[in-house]
Parts: sequence; C-alpha cells; structure tokens
Amino acid sequence: MSGAWRILHKDLVLELRTREATSGLVLLMVLILLTFTFAMDPEGAAEAAPAVQWVTFIFAGLMAIQRSFLVERENGAWYGLLLSPVDRGALFVAKMASNVIVLGVAQVVLMTLLALFLGVPLPAAPLALLLVNVLGIIGFSALATLFAAISVRLRAREMMLPLLVLPLLVPLVICAVEASRIVMDGGTVASAGVWLRVLATFDVIFAAAGWMLFEQLVEE
Amino acid sequence: MHRRFAPFADRVLPPAATIAMLAALWCVFVYVPNERIQGAVQRIFYFHVSCWWGAYLGFFVAAGASALYLWRRRVEHDWLARAGVEVGMLFCTIGLVTGPIWARPIWGSWWTWDPRLTMAVILWTVFAVYLVLRSAGREDPEITRYAAVLAIVGILDIPLIRISVRLWRGMHPSVISAPPGKGGLDDPRMVVGLLVSSIAMVLLFLWLLWLRYEGLRLRDWLYRLEDRMEEAAR
Repeated sequence: MSGAWRILHKDLVLELRTREATSGLVLLMVLILLTFTFAMDPEGAAEAAPAVQWVTFIFAGLMAIQRSFLVERENGAWYGLLLSPVDRGALFVAKMASNVIVLGVAQVVLMTLLALFLGVPLPAAPLALLLVNVLGIIGFSALATLFAAISVRLRAREMMLPLLVLPLLVPLVICAVEASRIVMDGGTVASAGVWLRVLATFDVIFAAAGWMLFEQLVEE
Repeated sequence: MHRRFAPFADRVLPPAATIAMLAALWCVFVYVPNERIQGAVQRIFYFHVSCWWGAYLGFFVAAGASALYLWRRRVEHDWLARAGVEVGMLFCTIGLVTGPIWARPIWGSWWTWDPRLTMAVILWTVFAVYLVLRSAGREDPEITRYAAVLAIVGILDIPLIRISVRLWRGMHPSVISAPPGKGGLDDPRMVVGLLVSSIAMVLLFLWLLWLRYEGLRLRDWLYRLEDRMEEAAR
C-alpha cells in the first residue's frame, strides 16, 4: 500500500502546484450550473437542486477523471507508473483516491454556488449532507476511474467514457439524488438510510471490482 | 470439446427450436383462452415474457465467459461472450418492443418508469455500449479485455439497478408470482402456453448463440488466413 500512498502523494503535489484539474473542473461546474439556471424556471429551481447538483457533478466529473489519465500520457509518465514496483490494484486505489479528493473539493464549491444561485436553504443536518456526498463521490470515482483507464486508450475517448459509465451509474444517480433531496428538505441520516445503504454497497462493489479488474486493463 | 459438441448442436438445435417455436405459435394463437379482461392483446404476453429468458441468459453467459476469458485467455471464451451479448441484445430489444405494444391498450401509455421497464432499458444501454466498444472490424486484443471487464461490471451492476429502481417507483403486473385469482395465470392452459413459449425461446436462443459463436470462430480463422497470405506475399 505504500506504493499507493506515493502515487497519491505525487498526484496531490502536482495538483497543489498547478491547480489545473481543480480550476478547470470548478469552472466547468459553474458553466454547467449557469446553463441549467438559464434553462430552468427560477421559481421552482430550489426543488430541482439535488438533480441539478448531481447531473452537473457527473458531467464535469467525467471530464476531470478522463484528464487524470490523459496527463499521465505526457512524457511517457504512464509507462513510468507501470514500470514502478507498484501493484496494479494499488495504482487503481491511488488514482481513485486522488480523483475523490479533487472531486470533493469541487463539490464543496458546487454546493456553495447551488445555495447562492438556486436559493437552497442550508441543511438542518450538515453531517448527513456530507455523508451523501462522500458516498456519491467515492462510487462515481471508482466506476469512472476504472473506465477512464479504458477510454484513454480509445480513439473516440471523449465519447466513450460517458457511454461506458453513464448506464452503469444509474443506481448511484437515483440514490444520490433521492438522498440529497431528503437531506436538503431537512431529513436526517436515518430518514435517508435506505438510499445511503445502496450507495455504500455501490461504493464497496465497484471499488473492489476496480481494484481487482484494473490489472486487466493496464497490462502491456 | 468443440468437435464433440458441434455435430450435436448443428443436428439438434435447428429442428428442436423450429418445432418448439411452431408449438409455441399454436399455443399462443389457438390453444390458450382469451384473457377475461384484457382480451386478445394479452396473448403477446407469452412471447414477451419468454424473450427475457433469452436476454438474461445471454448477458449472464457473456459475463461468465468474459470472466473465464480474463482468467484463462482462451479466445473461445471471448467468442462465447460476444455471441452472448449480441443474441441477448436481440431478445432484449424484442422484449422492449413487445412490452409497449401490450402497454398501450392496457395501461394507456407506451412507456412508464416502472422498475422492470427501467431495469430493462438500462441493461439494454449497458450492452449496447458493449457492442459499440466492439464495433471496430478487427480489434486489438486489449479491446477484447476491455469488453470483458465491461460485461462483468455490467452484471455486477444488475442487483444494484434492481434495488434502486424498485425503491424509486413501482405498476408492472407480477403475473407469475401473483396469488391465484389476483391477476395471475388462472387457466392451466395459460401456464402451458407460457411454458412452451419459454422453451421455444430458450432453444431459439441456444441456436442463435451457437450460430454467432460459429460465425466468430470462422471470422477468426479467416483473419489468420489473411495474415498468412500477407506473409506469403511478402
């Protein structure tokens, strides 16, 4: 696992020095959010907030995760990673973790903007909201990281990543939106319990699947 | 394995599937009685439900064969996986078309976001992407591995999709598991009709799976022949 830490550390140092992924991701989220607000009736917008939040997050997030693999292609960095004595499963865990962190930072900004633009009231149970988001981000990162390793090698990669991930992401979208809606309406962890359990199961299954299957995707 | 199985499949599957399909058609149009409330429209049920056998069998065969391929790296398993998805998609599409034909007169709308319908359409998209991924003519070995991973992850997703769409909303009739007299198959002839249709569809599925498998095997053989000709020409 120390290999995973090293790669995660490398990704985070790179991100702290350039702030490329986060700034691009946040800006993309702002633009998608603005597009939504112009397309919607501002009156009922607060009710649509959970849906807007997750759709914005997913489409911007797909770009960010694809990018996390594209940067490795420069100067043959990817071959360096593959040649390093790091287990492939650990490589997946590190990439997924760095994506979780970048997406988590961006999600905080997105939630703030959502509250500002759509007039969403502050939640009564902030911890519950945090839990929904953490579980949603982990599940999304697990699945998207696994498939970004595939799409980065394909010619139509911008097209293929959403095609590969969106159908499989349906359970996460349903559960994350429903749980967010309950929590934003003042619900607690217990009232969103069933959705959170499915989300947690989703996270465990796809993190484990990614950890085990990643080796099959990156072998040369 | 192939050599022993091939004559059996070639000789038994086509006539068996044909006879079973004719029997199923007879059952559906002649043997079973009209449903009391829905009338003749209900007869589409026998083929509609049976189709899902083919779809789910195809997808599960594909996932199993994909796992075997990743483990053993034998190209035969990849042919089987691909054939499973292709034939499964055919049955899934027939199911998705016959459903709305029934739903329009009975529910009054072509489509609803009922759990089973939602699940079916999500599965259809998952494996449609599988076919898009593999749409290149002659593919690199890594695409084969990618497709295998997609088929496995797709099957892993099924229980999660099932749970979440059920929690999300619920109007599809549960015909087979319904208690007697409450929307189930009240007439024993209806049970026979469903059983015969299901057998016919499973046999048709096996036959088509076999044909696709053979097609992929021959295509691979052709590719290798092309390679040898190119080498010889050099």
